[in-house]
Amino acid sequence: MGNILNEIGIENYIFLSVILFSIGVFGVLYRRNAIIVFMSIEIMLNAVNLLFVAFSTYHQDAQGQVFVFFSMAVAAAEVAVGLAIVVSIFRNLGSIDLDNLKNLKG
Amino acid sequence: MNTLLAITGLGVLCLLLEIANVRKAIIPLTIVGLLGTLGITVADYGKVESHYSNMIVTNDFSVSFSALFVVLGIFLIALSGDFYRDAQTKISDFVSIKLFMLAGAVAMVSFGNLSMFFLGIEVLSISLYILAASQRLNIRSNEAGMKYFLLGSFASGIILFGICLIYGAMGTFDIVEISELTGSAELPDWFFIGIVLLSIGMLFKIAAVPFHFWAPDVYEGSPTLTTALMSTLAKVVAMATFYKLLTGMNANIYYEYEIVIMVISIASMTVGNVMALRQASIKRMLAFSGVSHAGFMLMTLLNIKTSAGTLLYYASAYALAGIAAFAIVLYVTRNKSNEDTYNFNGLGKTRPVLAAVLTAALLSMAGIPVFAGFFAKFALFTSNIQAGYLIVVIAAVINSIISVGYYFKVILAMYTQEPTEDKKPVPFLFYAVGVVAILLNIAIGLYPSAVINLIK
Repeated sequence: MGNILNEIGIENYIFLSVILFSIGVFGVLYRRNAIIVFMSIEIMLNAVNLLFVAFSTYHQDAQGQVFVFFSMAVAAAEVAVGLAIVVSIFRNLGSIDLDNLKNLKG
Repeated sequence: MNTLLAITGLGVLCLLLEIANVRKAIIPLTIVGLLGTLGITVADYGKVESHYSNMIVTNDFSVSFSALFVVLGIFLIALSGDFYRDAQTKISDFVSIKLFMLAGAVAMVSFGNLSMFFLGIEVLSISLYILAASQRLNIRSNEAGMKYFLLGSFASGIILFGICLIYGAMGTFDIVEISELTGSAELPDWFFIGIVLLSIGMLFKIAAVPFHFWAPDVYEGSPTLTTALMSTLAKVVAMATFYKLLTGMNANIYYEYEIVIMVISIASMTVGNVMALRQASIKRMLAFSGVSHAGFMLMTLLNIKTSAGTLLYYASAYALAGIAAFAIVLYVTRNKSNEDTYNFNGLGKTRPVLAAVLTAALLSMAGIPVFAGFFAKFALFTSNIQAGYLIVVIAAVINSIISVGYYFKVILAMYTQEPTEDKKPVPFLFYAVGVVAILLNIAIGLYPSAVINLIK
Protein backbone atom coordinates (compact mmCIF):
# COMPACT_ATOMS: atom_id res chain seq x y z
CA MET A 1 0.00 0.00 0.00
CA GLY A 2 2.75 2.37 1.01
CA ASN A 3 4.58 1.81 -2.27
CA ILE A 4 1.61 2.85 -4.39
CA LEU A 5 1.24 5.99 -2.34
CA ASN A 6 4.93 6.76 -2.77
CA GLU A 7 4.73 6.29 -6.53
CA ILE A 8 1.66 8.47 -6.95
CA GLY A 9 2.57 11.03 -4.30
CA ILE A 10 0.34 12.46 -1.58
CA GLU A 11 0.05 15.77 -3.47
CA ASN A 12 -1.87 14.15 -6.28
CA TYR A 13 -4.36 12.73 -3.82
CA ILE A 14 -4.83 16.20 -2.38
CA PHE A 15 -5.31 17.71 -5.85
CA LEU A 16 -7.88 15.06 -6.78
CA SER A 17 -9.79 15.63 -3.54
CA VAL A 18 -9.72 19.39 -3.98
CA ILE A 19 -11.07 19.04 -7.53
CA LEU A 20 -13.87 16.72 -6.39
CA PHE A 21 -14.65 19.00 -3.46
CA SER A 22 -14.82 22.03 -5.77
CA ILE A 23 -17.15 20.17 -8.14
CA GLY A 24 -19.39 19.58 -5.14
CA VAL A 25 -19.22 23.21 -4.05
CA PHE A 26 -20.12 24.50 -7.52
CA GLY A 27 -22.94 21.99 -7.72
CA VAL A 28 -24.41 23.31 -4.47
CA LEU A 29 -24.05 26.90 -5.63
CA TYR A 30 -25.34 26.59 -9.22
CA ARG A 31 -27.79 23.69 -9.48
CA ARG A 32 -31.40 24.36 -8.52
CA ASN A 33 -32.79 20.84 -8.25
CA ALA A 34 -32.82 19.71 -4.63
CA ILE A 35 -31.76 16.14 -5.42
CA ILE A 36 -28.79 17.29 -7.48
CA VAL A 37 -27.79 19.66 -4.69
CA PHE A 38 -27.87 16.68 -2.29
CA MET A 39 -25.68 14.71 -4.64
CA SER A 40 -23.23 17.62 -4.75
CA ILE A 41 -23.05 17.68 -0.96
CA GLU A 42 -22.36 13.94 -1.03
CA ILE A 43 -19.53 14.53 -3.52
CA MET A 44 -18.04 17.10 -1.14
CA LEU A 45 -18.16 14.69 1.79
CA ASN A 46 -16.83 11.76 -0.22
CA ALA A 47 -13.95 13.83 -1.58
CA VAL A 48 -12.96 14.43 2.02
CA ASN A 49 -13.33 10.72 2.84
CA LEU A 50 -10.94 9.88 0.01
CA LEU A 51 -8.41 12.32 1.37
CA PHE A 52 -8.81 10.91 4.88
CA VAL A 53 -7.93 7.44 3.63
CA ALA A 54 -4.95 8.77 1.66
CA PHE A 55 -3.63 10.66 4.68
CA SER A 56 -4.24 7.64 6.87
CA THR A 57 -1.97 5.55 4.66
CA TYR A 58 0.53 8.39 4.40
CA HIS A 59 0.85 8.59 8.20
CA GLN A 60 0.59 4.78 8.69
CA ASP A 61 -2.15 5.53 11.21
CA ALA A 62 -5.61 3.94 11.38
CA GLN A 63 -7.41 6.90 12.98
CA GLY A 64 -8.14 8.49 9.63
CA GLN A 65 -9.89 5.41 8.34
CA VAL A 66 -12.02 5.18 11.49
CA PHE A 67 -12.99 8.79 11.02
CA VAL A 68 -14.27 7.91 7.55
CA PHE A 69 -16.77 5.54 9.16
CA PHE A 70 -17.99 8.33 11.41
CA SER A 71 -18.35 10.74 8.56
CA MET A 72 -20.17 8.19 6.37
CA ALA A 73 -22.65 7.45 9.16
CA VAL A 74 -23.19 11.15 9.74
CA ALA A 75 -23.66 11.80 6.01
CA ALA A 76 -26.28 9.07 5.82
CA ALA A 77 -28.20 10.55 8.77
CA GLU A 78 -27.95 14.00 7.23
CA VAL A 79 -29.31 12.90 3.87
CA ALA A 80 -32.16 11.01 5.56
CA VAL A 81 -33.27 14.24 7.20
CA GLY A 82 -32.74 16.21 4.00
CA LEU A 83 -34.84 13.82 1.94
CA ALA A 84 -37.62 14.01 4.53
CA ILE A 85 -37.63 17.79 4.15
CA VAL A 86 -37.69 17.44 0.36
CA VAL A 87 -40.69 15.10 0.58
CA SER A 88 -42.63 17.57 2.73
CA ILE A 89 -41.78 20.39 0.30
CA PHE A 90 -42.93 18.25 -2.62
CA ARG A 91 -46.23 17.57 -0.87
CA ASN A 92 -46.83 21.28 -0.34
CA LEU A 93 -45.53 22.70 -3.62
CA GLY A 94 -45.56 19.83 -6.10
CA SER A 95 -41.97 20.55 -7.11
CA ILE A 96 -38.48 20.33 -5.68
CA ASP A 97 -37.01 23.29 -7.54
CA LEU A 98 -35.17 25.43 -5.01
CA ASP A 99 -36.10 28.59 -6.94
CA ASN A 100 -39.70 28.10 -5.79
CA LEU A 101 -38.64 28.67 -2.18
CA LYS A 102 -39.07 32.43 -2.06
CA ASN A 103 -41.63 33.00 0.67
CA LEU A 104 -39.16 34.40 3.17
CA LYS A 105 -37.98 37.88 2.23
CA GLY A 106 -37.65 40.97 4.36
CA MET B 1 -18.69 13.11 30.84
CA ASN B 2 -21.49 12.37 33.34
CA THR B 3 -23.46 15.26 31.88
CA LEU B 4 -23.33 13.75 28.43
CA LEU B 5 -24.46 10.32 29.66
CA ALA B 6 -27.25 11.79 31.78
CA ILE B 7 -28.66 13.91 28.95
CA THR B 8 -28.55 11.07 26.43
CA GLY B 9 -30.20 8.76 28.97
CA LEU B 10 -32.96 11.31 29.49
CA GLY B 11 -33.52 11.49 25.74
CA VAL B 12 -33.94 7.73 25.51
CA LEU B 13 -36.18 7.76 28.60
CA CYS B 14 -38.42 10.29 26.86
CA LEU B 15 -38.94 7.94 23.94
CA LEU B 16 -39.65 5.06 26.34
CA LEU B 17 -42.23 7.12 28.23
CA GLU B 18 -44.08 7.57 24.94
CA ILE B 19 -44.22 3.79 24.54
CA ALA B 20 -45.43 3.42 28.15
CA ASN B 21 -48.16 5.94 27.25
CA VAL B 22 -47.47 8.50 29.97
CA ARG B 23 -47.32 11.52 27.68
CA LYS B 24 -48.35 14.02 30.35
CA ALA B 25 -45.34 13.17 32.49
CA ILE B 26 -42.73 13.77 29.78
CA ILE B 27 -42.13 17.49 30.26
CA PRO B 28 -42.16 17.59 34.09
CA LEU B 29 -39.92 14.52 34.25
CA THR B 30 -37.50 15.93 31.72
CA ILE B 31 -37.25 19.20 33.62
CA VAL B 32 -36.58 17.38 36.89
CA GLY B 33 -34.04 15.18 35.10
CA LEU B 34 -32.28 18.18 33.64
CA LEU B 35 -32.16 19.86 37.05
CA GLY B 36 -30.48 16.69 38.34
CA THR B 37 -28.10 16.84 35.37
CA LEU B 38 -27.30 20.43 36.27
CA GLY B 39 -26.36 19.20 39.73
CA ILE B 40 -24.11 16.48 38.28
CA THR B 41 -22.48 19.02 36.00
CA VAL B 42 -21.82 21.52 38.77
CA ALA B 43 -20.39 18.73 40.96
CA ASP B 44 -17.74 18.15 38.28
CA TYR B 45 -16.51 21.71 38.63
CA GLY B 46 -12.84 22.00 39.49
CA LYS B 47 -11.93 18.53 38.20
CA VAL B 48 -9.55 18.06 35.30
CA GLU B 49 -10.11 14.64 33.75
CA SER B 50 -10.14 12.95 30.39
CA HIS B 51 -12.18 9.94 29.38
CA TYR B 52 -12.03 7.32 26.62
CA SER B 53 -8.44 8.02 25.52
CA ASN B 54 -8.95 11.76 25.65
CA MET B 55 -12.13 11.82 23.56
CA ILE B 56 -14.00 13.81 26.22
CA VAL B 57 -12.26 16.15 28.63
CA THR B 58 -13.69 17.67 31.77
CA ASN B 59 -12.28 21.02 32.83
CA ASP B 60 -13.57 24.36 34.08
CA PHE B 61 -14.33 25.53 30.54
CA SER B 62 -16.41 22.53 29.55
CA VAL B 63 -18.21 22.32 32.91
CA SER B 64 -19.15 26.00 32.98
CA PHE B 65 -20.45 26.04 29.42
CA SER B 66 -22.26 22.70 29.84
CA ALA B 67 -24.02 24.10 32.92
CA LEU B 68 -25.12 27.14 30.88
CA PHE B 69 -26.44 24.90 28.09
CA VAL B 70 -28.37 22.72 30.54
CA VAL B 71 -29.97 25.82 32.07
CA LEU B 72 -30.99 27.06 28.62
CA GLY B 73 -32.24 23.56 27.79
CA ILE B 74 -34.48 23.57 30.88
CA PHE B 75 -36.04 26.88 29.82
CA LEU B 76 -36.58 25.73 26.23
CA ILE B 77 -38.18 22.44 27.28
CA ALA B 78 -40.40 24.24 29.79
CA LEU B 79 -41.70 26.37 26.90
CA SER B 80 -42.38 23.31 24.69
CA GLY B 81 -45.44 22.12 26.60
CA ASP B 82 -47.70 24.92 25.48
CA PHE B 83 -46.00 25.56 22.14
CA TYR B 84 -46.70 22.05 20.88
CA ARG B 85 -50.26 21.94 22.33
CA ASP B 86 -51.67 21.06 18.87
CA ALA B 87 -49.19 18.22 18.43
CA GLN B 88 -49.48 16.50 21.82
CA THR B 89 -49.10 13.08 20.24
CA LYS B 90 -45.61 14.01 19.02
CA ILE B 91 -44.44 15.74 22.19
CA SER B 92 -41.96 12.97 23.04
CA ASP B 93 -40.28 13.40 19.65
CA PHE B 94 -39.88 17.13 20.09
CA VAL B 95 -38.56 16.85 23.63
CA SER B 96 -36.18 13.99 22.87
CA ILE B 97 -34.80 15.74 19.78
CA LYS B 98 -34.11 18.78 21.95
CA LEU B 99 -32.36 16.55 24.50
CA PHE B 100 -30.20 14.88 21.86
CA MET B 101 -29.36 18.32 20.54
CA LEU B 102 -28.27 19.27 24.04
CA ALA B 103 -26.08 16.15 24.14
CA GLY B 104 -24.46 17.31 20.89
CA ALA B 105 -23.90 20.73 22.43
CA VAL B 106 -22.19 19.26 25.50
CA ALA B 107 -20.04 17.02 23.28
CA MET B 108 -19.00 20.10 21.33
CA VAL B 109 -17.63 22.03 24.30
CA SER B 110 -16.01 19.07 26.00
CA PHE B 111 -14.30 17.42 23.02
CA GLY B 112 -10.70 16.33 23.32
CA ASN B 113 -10.51 14.88 19.84
CA LEU B 114 -11.61 16.37 16.53
CA SER B 115 -13.79 13.35 15.74
CA MET B 116 -15.82 14.04 18.89
CA PHE B 117 -16.11 17.67 17.83
CA PHE B 118 -17.38 16.64 14.40
CA LEU B 119 -19.93 14.20 15.85
CA GLY B 120 -21.11 16.84 18.32
CA ILE B 121 -21.61 19.51 15.69
CA GLU B 122 -23.47 17.07 13.45
CA VAL B 123 -25.76 15.84 16.23
CA LEU B 124 -26.56 19.47 17.03
CA SER B 125 -27.09 20.48 13.40
CA ILE B 126 -29.18 17.49 12.33
CA SER B 127 -31.50 17.97 15.32
CA LEU B 128 -31.85 21.62 14.37
CA TYR B 129 -32.70 20.78 10.74
CA ILE B 130 -35.52 18.56 11.97
CA LEU B 131 -36.81 21.16 14.41
CA ALA B 132 -36.65 23.95 11.81
CA ALA B 133 -38.77 21.96 9.36
CA SER B 134 -41.01 20.47 12.06
CA GLN B 135 -44.21 22.25 10.98
CA ARG B 136 -44.69 19.84 8.14
CA LEU B 137 -47.73 21.48 6.54
CA ASN B 138 -46.40 25.02 6.74
CA ILE B 139 -44.48 25.97 3.60
CA ARG B 140 -42.50 28.66 5.42
CA SER B 141 -41.23 26.13 7.92
CA ASN B 142 -40.34 23.74 5.08
CA GLU B 143 -38.45 26.47 3.32
CA ALA B 144 -36.58 27.44 6.46
CA GLY B 145 -35.67 23.80 7.09
CA MET B 146 -34.47 23.33 3.53
CA LYS B 147 -32.35 26.48 3.54
CA TYR B 148 -30.88 25.64 6.92
CA PHE B 149 -30.21 22.07 5.83
CA LEU B 150 -28.42 23.10 2.62
CA LEU B 151 -26.29 25.79 4.22
CA GLY B 152 -25.65 23.69 7.32
CA SER B 153 -24.48 20.60 5.47
CA PHE B 154 -22.44 22.80 3.13
CA ALA B 155 -20.73 24.24 6.20
CA SER B 156 -20.29 20.74 7.65
CA GLY B 157 -18.56 19.68 4.44
CA ILE B 158 -16.17 22.61 4.73
CA ILE B 159 -15.50 21.82 8.41
CA LEU B 160 -14.82 18.20 7.51
CA PHE B 161 -12.33 19.24 4.83
CA GLY B 162 -10.64 21.50 7.38
CA ILE B 163 -10.37 18.63 9.87
CA CYS B 164 -8.97 16.40 7.12
CA LEU B 165 -6.22 18.85 6.19
CA ILE B 166 -5.30 19.36 9.85
CA TYR B 167 -5.11 15.57 10.23
CA GLY B 168 -2.96 15.41 7.13
CA ALA B 169 -0.57 17.94 8.56
CA MET B 170 -0.43 16.57 12.10
CA GLY B 171 -1.18 12.87 11.79
CA THR B 172 -3.49 12.98 14.80
CA PHE B 173 -6.96 14.13 15.81
CA ASP B 174 -6.05 14.72 19.42
CA ILE B 175 -6.39 18.39 20.30
CA VAL B 176 -3.61 18.30 22.91
CA GLU B 177 -1.14 16.66 20.54
CA ILE B 178 -2.09 19.11 17.78
CA SER B 179 -1.58 21.97 20.20
CA GLU B 180 1.92 20.68 21.03
CA LEU B 181 2.80 20.12 17.37
CA THR B 182 1.84 23.69 16.39
CA GLY B 183 4.93 24.81 18.28
CA SER B 184 7.26 22.93 15.94
CA ALA B 185 9.13 24.90 13.31
CA GLU B 186 8.04 23.43 9.99
CA LEU B 187 4.29 23.15 9.52
CA PRO B 188 2.91 22.12 6.13
CA ASP B 189 0.74 24.68 4.34
CA TRP B 190 -2.21 22.30 4.60
CA PHE B 191 -2.43 23.01 8.29
CA PHE B 192 -3.15 26.69 7.74
CA ILE B 193 -5.61 25.99 4.92
CA GLY B 194 -7.29 23.55 7.31
CA ILE B 195 -7.61 26.20 10.02
CA VAL B 196 -9.09 28.67 7.52
CA LEU B 197 -11.65 26.11 6.30
CA LEU B 198 -12.55 25.16 9.87
CA SER B 199 -13.00 28.85 10.72
CA ILE B 200 -15.22 29.41 7.67
CA GLY B 201 -17.42 26.50 8.68
CA MET B 202 -17.72 27.71 12.27
CA LEU B 203 -18.47 31.28 11.14
CA PHE B 204 -21.33 29.82 9.07
CA LYS B 205 -22.67 28.18 12.21
CA ILE B 206 -22.46 31.29 14.38
CA ALA B 207 -23.79 33.47 11.51
CA ALA B 208 -21.01 36.05 11.42
CA VAL B 209 -21.06 38.51 8.59
CA PRO B 210 -19.93 37.23 5.25
CA PHE B 211 -21.73 33.99 6.11
CA HIS B 212 -24.86 35.33 7.81
CA PHE B 213 -27.28 35.47 4.85
CA TRP B 214 -29.14 32.31 5.85
CA ALA B 215 -29.91 33.48 9.38
CA PRO B 216 -32.81 35.93 8.85
CA ASP B 217 -34.73 33.63 6.48
CA VAL B 218 -34.25 30.56 8.64
CA TYR B 219 -35.10 32.39 11.86
CA GLU B 220 -38.25 33.87 10.33
CA GLY B 221 -39.57 30.68 8.80
CA SER B 222 -38.86 28.26 11.63
CA PRO B 223 -41.39 27.66 14.39
CA THR B 224 -40.83 30.37 17.01
CA LEU B 225 -39.56 27.99 19.68
CA THR B 226 -36.94 26.66 17.26
CA THR B 227 -35.94 30.23 16.49
CA ALA B 228 -35.47 30.78 20.22
CA LEU B 229 -33.32 27.66 20.33
CA MET B 230 -31.18 28.65 17.36
CA SER B 231 -30.65 32.23 18.44
CA THR B 232 -29.72 31.42 22.02
CA LEU B 233 -28.42 27.88 22.51
CA ALA B 234 -27.05 27.05 19.05
CA LYS B 235 -25.24 30.36 18.69
CA VAL B 236 -23.64 30.21 22.11
CA VAL B 237 -22.58 26.58 21.57
CA ALA B 238 -20.97 27.35 18.21
CA MET B 239 -19.17 30.37 19.64
CA ALA B 240 -17.79 28.46 22.65
CA THR B 241 -16.62 25.63 20.38
CA PHE B 242 -14.96 28.06 17.97
CA TYR B 243 -13.15 29.60 20.93
CA LYS B 244 -12.00 26.20 22.17
CA LEU B 245 -10.84 25.12 18.69
CA LEU B 246 -8.77 28.24 18.19
CA THR B 247 -7.25 27.87 21.64
CA GLY B 248 -6.23 24.34 20.73
CA MET B 249 -4.86 25.25 17.30
CA ASN B 250 -2.95 28.32 18.49
CA ALA B 251 -4.21 30.11 15.38
CA ASN B 252 -4.43 33.46 17.11
CA ILE B 253 -0.67 33.89 17.38
CA TYR B 254 -0.60 34.88 13.71
CA TYR B 255 -1.09 38.59 13.08
CA GLU B 256 -2.96 38.02 9.80
CA TYR B 257 -5.52 35.84 11.54
CA GLU B 258 -6.16 38.53 14.12
CA ILE B 259 -6.78 41.10 11.36
CA VAL B 260 -9.34 38.75 9.78
CA ILE B 261 -11.12 38.26 13.11
CA MET B 262 -11.16 42.03 13.69
CA VAL B 263 -12.66 42.72 10.26
CA ILE B 264 -15.30 40.00 10.63
CA SER B 265 -16.17 41.20 14.13
CA ILE B 266 -16.64 44.84 13.06
CA ALA B 267 -18.52 43.83 9.90
CA SER B 268 -20.87 41.52 11.85
CA MET B 269 -21.73 44.21 14.35
CA THR B 270 -22.32 46.91 11.76
CA VAL B 271 -24.23 44.89 9.17
CA GLY B 272 -26.32 43.16 11.84
CA ASN B 273 -27.34 46.40 13.51
CA VAL B 274 -27.99 48.40 10.35
CA MET B 275 -30.11 45.64 8.83
CA ALA B 276 -32.01 45.14 12.11
CA LEU B 277 -33.13 48.78 12.01
CA ARG B 278 -35.39 48.21 9.03
CA GLN B 279 -37.05 44.90 9.91
CA ALA B 280 -40.79 44.73 10.54
CA SER B 281 -40.84 41.15 11.84
CA ILE B 282 -39.48 40.76 15.36
CA LYS B 283 -38.00 37.37 14.51
CA ARG B 284 -35.96 38.87 11.66
CA MET B 285 -34.99 41.73 13.94
CA LEU B 286 -33.74 39.32 16.61
CA ALA B 287 -31.92 37.36 13.88
CA PHE B 288 -29.95 40.41 12.83
CA SER B 289 -29.45 41.38 16.44
CA GLY B 290 -28.00 37.88 16.90
CA VAL B 291 -25.60 38.55 14.00
CA SER B 292 -24.39 41.70 15.73
CA HIS B 293 -24.01 39.87 19.05
CA ALA B 294 -21.95 37.23 17.24
CA GLY B 295 -19.68 40.12 16.24
CA PHE B 296 -19.36 41.17 19.87
CA MET B 297 -18.58 37.62 20.97
CA LEU B 298 -15.91 37.31 18.25
CA MET B 299 -14.07 40.13 20.01
CA THR B 300 -13.15 37.65 22.75
CA LEU B 301 -11.04 35.74 20.20
CA LEU B 302 -8.63 38.68 19.99
CA ASN B 303 -7.12 38.09 23.42
CA ILE B 304 -7.87 34.43 23.54
CA LYS B 305 -5.59 33.53 26.44
CA THR B 306 -7.54 35.43 29.08
CA SER B 307 -11.05 36.00 27.83
CA ALA B 308 -12.77 32.62 28.35
CA GLY B 309 -14.56 34.00 31.42
CA THR B 310 -15.69 37.08 29.51
CA LEU B 311 -17.06 34.90 26.72
CA LEU B 312 -18.99 32.79 29.23
CA TYR B 313 -20.40 35.91 30.85
CA TYR B 314 -21.38 37.55 27.56
CA ALA B 315 -22.90 34.31 26.31
CA SER B 316 -24.95 33.83 29.50
CA ALA B 317 -26.16 37.43 29.49
CA TYR B 318 -27.15 37.28 25.82
CA ALA B 319 -28.75 33.85 25.99
CA LEU B 320 -30.77 34.53 29.16
CA ALA B 321 -32.05 37.81 27.74
CA GLY B 322 -32.87 35.99 24.49
CA ILE B 323 -34.85 33.30 26.32
CA ALA B 324 -36.82 35.91 28.27
CA ALA B 325 -37.56 37.88 25.09
CA PHE B 326 -38.64 34.79 23.17
CA ALA B 327 -40.94 33.64 26.00
CA ILE B 328 -42.91 36.87 25.50
CA VAL B 329 -42.70 36.70 21.70
CA LEU B 330 -44.11 33.15 21.92
CA TYR B 331 -47.06 34.43 23.97
CA VAL B 332 -47.78 37.42 21.73
CA THR B 333 -47.53 35.57 18.43
CA ARG B 334 -49.60 32.62 19.61
CA ASN B 335 -52.16 31.80 16.87
CA LYS B 336 -50.84 34.65 14.69
CA SER B 337 -49.77 34.28 11.09
CA ASN B 338 -46.87 36.74 11.36
CA GLU B 339 -44.54 38.20 13.97
CA ASP B 340 -44.63 41.90 13.05
CA THR B 341 -43.99 44.55 15.66
CA TYR B 342 -47.60 45.86 15.62
CA ASN B 343 -48.67 42.67 17.42
CA PHE B 344 -46.94 44.11 20.48
CA ASN B 345 -49.06 47.30 20.51
CA GLY B 346 -50.39 48.08 23.97
CA LEU B 347 -48.86 45.04 25.68
CA GLY B 348 -47.80 47.40 28.48
CA LYS B 349 -51.48 48.04 29.31
CA THR B 350 -52.92 44.56 28.87
CA ARG B 351 -50.04 42.49 30.29
CA PRO B 352 -47.74 44.77 32.32
CA VAL B 353 -45.56 41.97 33.72
CA LEU B 354 -44.85 40.41 30.33
CA ALA B 355 -44.16 43.83 28.84
CA ALA B 356 -41.75 44.59 31.67
CA VAL B 357 -39.90 41.29 31.10
CA LEU B 358 -39.58 41.95 27.36
CA THR B 359 -38.42 45.52 28.03
CA ALA B 360 -35.81 44.27 30.49
CA ALA B 361 -34.61 41.61 28.04
CA LEU B 362 -34.26 44.09 25.18
CA LEU B 363 -32.51 46.62 27.43
CA SER B 364 -30.08 43.90 28.50
CA MET B 365 -29.31 43.09 24.86
CA ALA B 366 -28.82 46.79 24.13
CA GLY B 367 -26.44 47.06 27.09
CA ILE B 368 -28.22 49.32 29.58
CA PRO B 369 -26.91 49.14 33.18
CA VAL B 370 -28.39 46.98 35.94
CA PHE B 371 -28.88 44.21 33.37
CA ALA B 372 -26.14 41.70 32.66
CA GLY B 373 -25.77 42.83 29.03
CA PHE B 374 -24.16 46.07 30.16
CA PHE B 375 -21.59 44.44 32.40
CA ALA B 376 -20.83 41.85 29.73
CA LYS B 377 -20.06 44.57 27.21
CA PHE B 378 -18.13 46.48 29.87
CA ALA B 379 -15.90 43.48 30.67
CA LEU B 380 -15.44 42.76 26.97
CA PHE B 381 -14.45 46.33 26.11
CA THR B 382 -12.11 46.63 29.10
CA SER B 383 -10.20 43.47 28.23
CA ASN B 384 -9.93 44.51 24.57
CA ILE B 385 -8.68 48.01 25.43
CA GLN B 386 -6.06 46.49 27.73
CA ALA B 387 -4.95 44.22 24.91
CA GLY B 388 -4.71 47.26 22.61
CA TYR B 389 -7.54 46.71 20.14
CA LEU B 390 -8.95 50.22 20.35
CA ILE B 391 -10.49 50.30 16.85
CA VAL B 392 -12.70 47.28 17.52
CA VAL B 393 -13.86 48.77 20.82
CA ILE B 394 -14.75 52.11 19.19
CA ALA B 395 -16.76 50.30 16.51
CA ALA B 396 -18.46 48.21 19.20
CA VAL B 397 -19.47 51.27 21.24
CA ILE B 398 -20.94 53.00 18.16
CA ASN B 399 -22.82 49.80 17.37
CA SER B 400 -24.21 49.52 20.89
CA ILE B 401 -25.70 53.00 20.42
CA ILE B 402 -27.23 52.06 17.04
CA SER B 403 -28.74 48.92 18.54
CA VAL B 404 -30.74 50.95 21.08
CA GLY B 405 -32.72 52.30 18.10
CA TYR B 406 -34.38 49.05 17.07
CA TYR B 407 -34.81 47.66 20.56
CA PHE B 408 -36.70 50.81 21.54
CA LYS B 409 -38.99 50.47 18.53
CA VAL B 410 -40.55 47.42 20.18
CA ILE B 411 -40.55 48.99 23.65
CA LEU B 412 -42.30 52.12 22.32
CA ALA B 413 -44.90 49.99 20.54
CA MET B 414 -45.68 48.24 23.83
CA TYR B 415 -46.10 51.34 25.94
CA THR B 416 -47.29 54.17 23.67
CA GLN B 417 -49.69 52.42 21.25
CA GLU B 418 -53.25 51.45 22.06
CA PRO B 419 -53.96 47.72 22.41
CA THR B 420 -55.56 46.19 19.34
CA GLU B 421 -57.04 43.12 20.95
CA ASP B 422 -58.38 41.77 24.21
CA LYS B 423 -56.40 39.96 26.86
CA LYS B 424 -55.55 36.36 26.16
CA PRO B 425 -54.82 33.90 28.96
CA VAL B 426 -51.09 33.46 29.61
CA PRO B 427 -49.80 29.90 30.11
CA PHE B 428 -48.14 29.76 33.51
CA LEU B 429 -44.84 28.41 32.16
CA PHE B 430 -44.41 31.37 29.81
CA TYR B 431 -44.68 33.68 32.81
CA ALA B 432 -42.35 31.53 34.85
CA VAL B 433 -39.68 31.15 32.16
CA GLY B 434 -39.72 34.85 31.26
CA VAL B 435 -39.51 36.03 34.86
CA VAL B 436 -36.92 33.48 36.00
CA ALA B 437 -34.70 34.10 32.96
CA ILE B 438 -34.73 37.84 33.46
CA LEU B 439 -34.15 37.51 37.21
CA LEU B 440 -31.13 35.28 36.50
CA ASN B 441 -29.94 37.90 34.03
CA ILE B 442 -30.21 40.64 36.65
CA ALA B 443 -28.58 38.39 39.27
CA ILE B 444 -25.48 37.75 37.17
CA GLY B 445 -25.57 41.46 36.33
CA LEU B 446 -25.25 42.28 40.03
CA TYR B 447 -22.44 39.76 40.63
CA PRO B 448 -20.45 39.67 37.38
CA SER B 449 -17.28 38.35 39.00
CA ALA B 450 -19.11 35.19 40.12
CA VAL B 451 -19.45 34.14 36.47
CA ILE B 452 -16.34 35.71 34.93
CA ASN B 453 -14.03 34.01 37.46
CA LEU B 454 -15.53 30.56 36.84
CA ILE B 455 -12.91 29.86 34.16
CA LYS B 456 -9.41 30.58 35.29
